[in-house]
Amino acid sequence: MKKVYGTAEEALKDLLFDGMFIASGGFGLCGIPELLLEAIKDAGTKDLTFASNNAGVDNFGIGILLETRQVKKMISSYVGENAEFMRQYLAGELELEFNPQGTLAERMRSAGCGIPGFYTKTGVGTIIADGKEHKDFNGETYILEESLFADLSIIKAWKADETGNLIFRKTARNFNPPAAMCGKVCVVEVEEIVPTGSIDPDLIHLPGIYVHRIIKGQHEKRIEQRTTRPAA
Amino acid sequence: MWDRDQMAARAAKELEDGMYVNLGIGIPTLVSNYIPEGMNVTLQSENGMLGMGPFPFEGQEDSDLINAGKQTITELPQTAYFDSATSFGMIRGGKIAMAILGAMEVAENGDLANWMIPGKLVKGMGGAMDLVSGVGRVIVVMDHTNKHGDSKLLRECTLPLTGKSVVHRIITNLGVLDVVSGGLEIIECADGISEQEVRSATEAKIVN
Repeated sequence: MKKVYGTAEEALKDLLFDGMFIASGGFGLCGIPELLLEAIKDAGTKDLTFASNNAGVDNFGIGILLETRQVKKMISSYVGENAEFMRQYLAGELELEFNPQGTLAERMRSAGCGIPGFYTKTGVGTIIADGKEHKDFNGETYILEESLFADLSIIKAWKADETGNLIFRKTARNFNPPAAMCGKVCVVEVEEIVPTGSIDPDLIHLPGIYVHRIIKGQHEKRIEQRTTRPAA
Repeated sequence: MWDRDQMAARAAKELEDGMYVNLGIGIPTLVSNYIPEGMNVTLQSENGMLGMGPFPFEGQEDSDLINAGKQTITELPQTAYFDSATSFGMIRGGKIAMAILGAMEVAENGDLANWMIPGKLVKGMGGAMDLVSGVGRVIVVMDHTNKHGDSKLLRECTLPLTGKSVVHRIITNLGVLDVVSGGLEIIECADGISEQEVRSATEAKIVN
């Protein structure tokens, strides 16, 4: 089965439906599937729920889908840096579920591993624990967090081979592997598609079993906070 | 009284050779400037990196290489990258020896509040809840009082918690206090600050 598609639009065409649940990779604007988000905007799919660590900025990342009112709910750990997000949230137009960052990552990873939930100490004694099952193990209290099974995963990697084996680059890996694992279908956008066999099998970060469709494109890769030190 | 840099320098004395440490945003970030020469401390950035290096020189910024504050940074010879689930696996799993972070309030039982003020804009807890419940030792670095002069070291936190009984040591502009059985213990006073001045600026119960 051929995994390589020509464009983001082609790769997503028969996968999108109103009210769907999408898991997205990326941290801040680093390693986000910017081309696939653009294609979802163009497709006009509505009432989307996104599991994504952040919500982009006003005109980039998931921010572009907030502008077009395509997002119904966000499951995130941090949503600063986005004025339109805050406007919609404070106006009651957008649902928001805060997750501790590690809990969010593990809810994705565990879904991909067939584990429906897990116990964690994170959030015990805070509002995050309200309404969740508590259980003691070896004298310590944990809460039950349920896994996130998504309809679709959209992620960004650096390189793919034609079978979907992926390599990420530096901290752009972040949420991309767990987000890839938790969806029924995973579409990846990459900077380069290399011939199968040209990546050392020992150096593959995410095996192609998790990847169903691949597109290649030009990425803007915007920097959110450009910080430098003075020349020596 | 200590300024921001002196507080960071004091916090750096908590570091030990071979430690893996996570530094929060603000004054905790400055701690990396005071790691003693010859001491090997590895900084974790929870977005998926061990061995965080300094900011890049101008022109060498890499959009694929940022810290948890989304700032451009650099790598070191010992750097390793991994995904977010693995990153919080090492945090939750107790592999990170210490987190140094800021706070809005700390209670005498070690409760920490640093992510949310009800009625104000809430941006999210990010990785703070995972860090304070997972790492070996939690050090808070913050001003002793807020801008109204009220103590930030309280009998009980008034703000929603980030973690329950998680703080081990508090470093403020007035001194160093430990969370011990029954309340806080004064460990050290800042330059020019008396123990009485620390006591009168502290609402939390001070024992010993």
